[in-house]
Amino acid sequence: MMFSRLFENVSPRALVLMAALLIVLFGAPFLANDYLLTVLILILYFAYIGQAWNIMMGFAGQLSLGHALYVGLGAYTAAALYVHFGIGPWIGLLVAVPIAALAGAFIGYLAFRFKVGGVYFAILTIAVAEFARVGFDHLAWTKGSSGLFLPVAQFTSNDLWLLRGQPVMFYYILLVATVLAFVFCRALLQSRIGYFWLAIREDEEAARSAGINTFRYKMIAVTISAAMTSFAGVIYAFYYNNLFPEQVFHISRSIEIILGPIVGGVGTLFGPIIGAFLLTGMSETLIAALHAVGLDIPGAKQVFYGICLLLVIMAMPDGIWPWLARRIGLSEREK
Amino acid sequence: MKRKSPSKSQAKATSVSRRTFTAGLGAVGFTAGIAPFNIVRAQGAALKVGVLLPRSGFQAGIGQDCQRGVDIAAGLLKDMGMPNLQIMNGDTETSVDVARSRAEKLIGEGAQVLVGAFDSGQSSAIAQVAEQKGIPYVINIAAAPPITEQGYKFVFRNFPTAPMILGDAFANQKEIFATTGSAPKTAVFLHVNDTFGTAMKGGIGAVMPKFDMPYKIVETIAYDPAARDLSVEISKAKATGAEAMIVVSRLNDAILLTRELVKQRWSPMAILSMGPGWYEDQYIKTLGKLSDGPLSFVPWYDPNKPLSKTLEAALAKAHPGVSLNTNHVYTFEALLVAADAFKRAGSTDPKALADAIRATNITNNVSPGPGIMFNAKGQNDKLKLSAIQNRGGKLVTVAPKVAANAKVEWPLKPYDKRA
Amino acid sequence: MPFDVYLNVAVGGLLTGLVYGLMALGLSVIFGVVRVVNFAHGEVMTIAMYLAIVLFSALHLDPLIMLVPIAAVLFCFGYALQAGIINPFITRAEHMQFLLLVAIAIIIINVLLILFGPDAQSVQTSYSYDSFQIGKLIVDATKLYAAGAALAVALALYGFFQFTTIGTAIRACADNYTGALVVGLDVKHLYALTFGLGTACVGAAGVMLVLIVDVTPSLGPAYTLLAFVIVITGGLGSMPGALLGGVLIGLTEAMAGLIFTPSAKSMFAFAILVLVLLFRPQGIMGKKAA
Repeated sequence: MMFSRLFENVSPRALVLMAALLIVLFGAPFLANDYLLTVLILILYFAYIGQAWNIMMGFAGQLSLGHALYVGLGAYTAAALYVHFGIGPWIGLLVAVPIAALAGAFIGYLAFRFKVGGVYFAILTIAVAEFARVGFDHLAWTKGSSGLFLPVAQFTSNDLWLLRGQPVMFYYILLVATVLAFVFCRALLQSRIGYFWLAIREDEEAARSAGINTFRYKMIAVTISAAMTSFAGVIYAFYYNNLFPEQVFHISRSIEIILGPIVGGVGTLFGPIIGAFLLTGMSETLIAALHAVGLDIPGAKQVFYGICLLLVIMAMPDGIWPWLARRIGLSEREK
Repeated sequence: MKRKSPSKSQAKATSVSRRTFTAGLGAVGFTAGIAPFNIVRAQGAALKVGVLLPRSGFQAGIGQDCQRGVDIAAGLLKDMGMPNLQIMNGDTETSVDVARSRAEKLIGEGAQVLVGAFDSGQSSAIAQVAEQKGIPYVINIAAAPPITEQGYKFVFRNFPTAPMILGDAFANQKEIFATTGSAPKTAVFLHVNDTFGTAMKGGIGAVMPKFDMPYKIVETIAYDPAARDLSVEISKAKATGAEAMIVVSRLNDAILLTRELVKQRWSPMAILSMGPGWYEDQYIKTLGKLSDGPLSFVPWYDPNKPLSKTLEAALAKAHPGVSLNTNHVYTFEALLVAADAFKRAGSTDPKALADAIRATNITNNVSPGPGIMFNAKGQNDKLKLSAIQNRGGKLVTVAPKVAANAKVEWPLKPYDKRA
Repeated sequence: MPFDVYLNVAVGGLLTGLVYGLMALGLSVIFGVVRVVNFAHGEVMTIAMYLAIVLFSALHLDPLIMLVPIAAVLFCFGYALQAGIINPFITRAEHMQFLLLVAIAIIIINVLLILFGPDAQSVQTSYSYDSFQIGKLIVDATKLYAAGAALAVALALYGFFQFTTIGTAIRACADNYTGALVVGLDVKHLYALTFGLGTACVGAAGVMLVLIVDVTPSLGPAYTLLAFVIVITGGLGSMPGALLGGVLIGLTEAMAGLIFTPSAKSMFAFAILVLVLLFRPQGIMGKKAA
């Protein structure tokens, strides 16, 4: 059983820290106001997708700059099924996830068969995502670029089955998803697949000569990552209730997705979570700080955001988590 | 059936306003009876209005232009005897995520009414927050029809939807064709492939047959909103041999299209625009003499209304060289709706404000038509559009007659015959 | 549709493609030597475009005259950027370089927004609206001048790399990093020099593009992406490849717009890119990776 060794090599200190974090996160909606809750939803959303992206980049070493593709496919599939046939999101998920996984497998197959790697692979992922964006701009079934609107009813009660309800419902869904993704990723890392991935990431040639079927394991990484990401897309669609190709497939979305895990620490389990907290938190703090000093210049916040980003990666080349883990006395293995 | 529905909606409107009236009366009585001190404070206190606009990011230009309408509103509303508004600015950064969290933030900081946000996606995200919180939200600009089709109780839109824009555009075109005694027989339709452009393209098929237009559309050409170069589009349009060019564009592409018309030496009989771009300051400033001639069928202001002149003067004083346009007018009117409702409700209670907004009946306004009033869906369906023409670097209104201040110049003066 | 429409569109696509090619050339030069993928390429170009606009509106200096001075300013900017900020990252993983340049791009876009405002700006020269007519063929004058300048700049750059000592040294760096270090070349200086040349290149392209498109602060990302498409198609690190890629993409987009719908023309560019990646990953003119 792949989960049996989940708590192996975890120090008591790390367990206490994780438990504390979980309690805080599960209790947050009782303390946070609505604004804070919205920000937390955004953070969890990015933490979850960051975790999914990390499987591909952090574990298997394949740089994807087009993850918005899987978000978009998930979002559009579930939303279109709901709008056209009244099919709820959880059933929609059963269609959306395979579609995204297939798209991931398709890109992976092409790239790995034809030995497209490194920067070239990254560009390929951008190209396919952009291709999809323009394609969806023209797809009449999903209303093209005029946008797909989900009917919004009154939010008097939370309907978990149809995902119609208050933000707090989406918060808990995303929180559970983030926790599950975390556990799943840890299990993956401890499995054979995980070891093969790390071998491929470190030196693909060496991995191949050691007898690892690198094609196969890279394919697995892409497919799992795409499938996981598409779930976030489904949630996105039902949370915002409107979709525009320019909004969901755009390359700027792909970039937003990967900033968190890179800043937090690529290849680490906590990295995507820390990164999401730090970046979204930093963004909101900057707005509040500029507001407090009375600086109302559009663009000023983004300049400071860019500078902070620059400073963080210059100071911590491996990301925040490896640095932080050393500080709070967690061992290398727990990163 | 047909005769019944208006009277029904009328009855509904009256009943709503009557209920609001009694509710308002009750509220006043309540405050007066229990806490007379509060009433004095309430009169002095300002209504907190959260204004959400895309002031950075891709739509920064339009967002900042709308902001000018906000800047001049305070003084004007005071002169009109309206209560004070305390404006709380929020930048949506042209992002739906940010729009949503900003809306929550402003409400958390005490905003009692929200106004914004130019873009349909961002407006739709804000509308959901407003509805959940029960905070009234007045949309300044956003044309996607679904926003007011969701059964919202706290969302109001004083801006035409895409089908409304088209209907009025065709009506105004026919009026122009009638006065000039000449009309194109064929037209080519170019539109930007974004939210607004596709909504308009979808509307054309449904609305145009109802108007029995003298021309038929020989070809529809959609182009990328991020287009860097529109030479192919104009080559294609020119090759159709159509007499007129109908466009739905944005600012940058309007300039690019005009340049290509000049360079490729094609002057259609008329350029009929049903969107932004062709009348904007930047268009006129960039193209000079070449900017004259196009007709725009847009939500505009009625130059004959007194408030329009006041608004124009206020803008000229605050921002010399900027001419009054859709962005300023509809952002200002959104704030006017908020202030007027606050005055009538006499309270900052969101529910009372929403009821007051629903009963809005502002006839001293800026936009063409009978005034600002909302139907049961929260949509001002009485709004009229104008036909405006660029002339000598200025804009004149040429249709409809009640809101016109000039006669149309027809046909378009060929680009190569301009000094 | 009459044949002359196809001809006009093809000529237009070819000329625009050459300017795009020059823009992409900068990216290609930087990658070929420094091995850093400049994700802020389009943003750097907008700096040059705004410089051209400021010089024109303040001093009425024609952009084509200011081509060399502006390229020189951009060279210094690029040199400083590489020597000061990017150099420590050249040995780091690709995604870290990516993040670094994304941060730089965010800063550039928003500083431009604060400085120049969000409205589109342009340069109006006496020849802005000129076109030449040869029979049924109408050629856009500004595009013709810009394409000519693009060829001239590309030739000059080629000459520099082939026939000067520094150019040869830079090529040595690109071919064999350790070797260059061993023979005592100042690699850091040469890298900064190359990065400067790359930004000068894209600066020159920006000055020419000012004649064709209007500038807004948010123009950059679209051109960064375009430069990528072109460079990968032509061959990352290959100079003739960048120009060829530019022409190919320019032509493809123009013809796809004419034959299908213009709103989907970038799909065709991406499709070409994907095909090239699959069947000739090193690009049309690229050398096979060792």
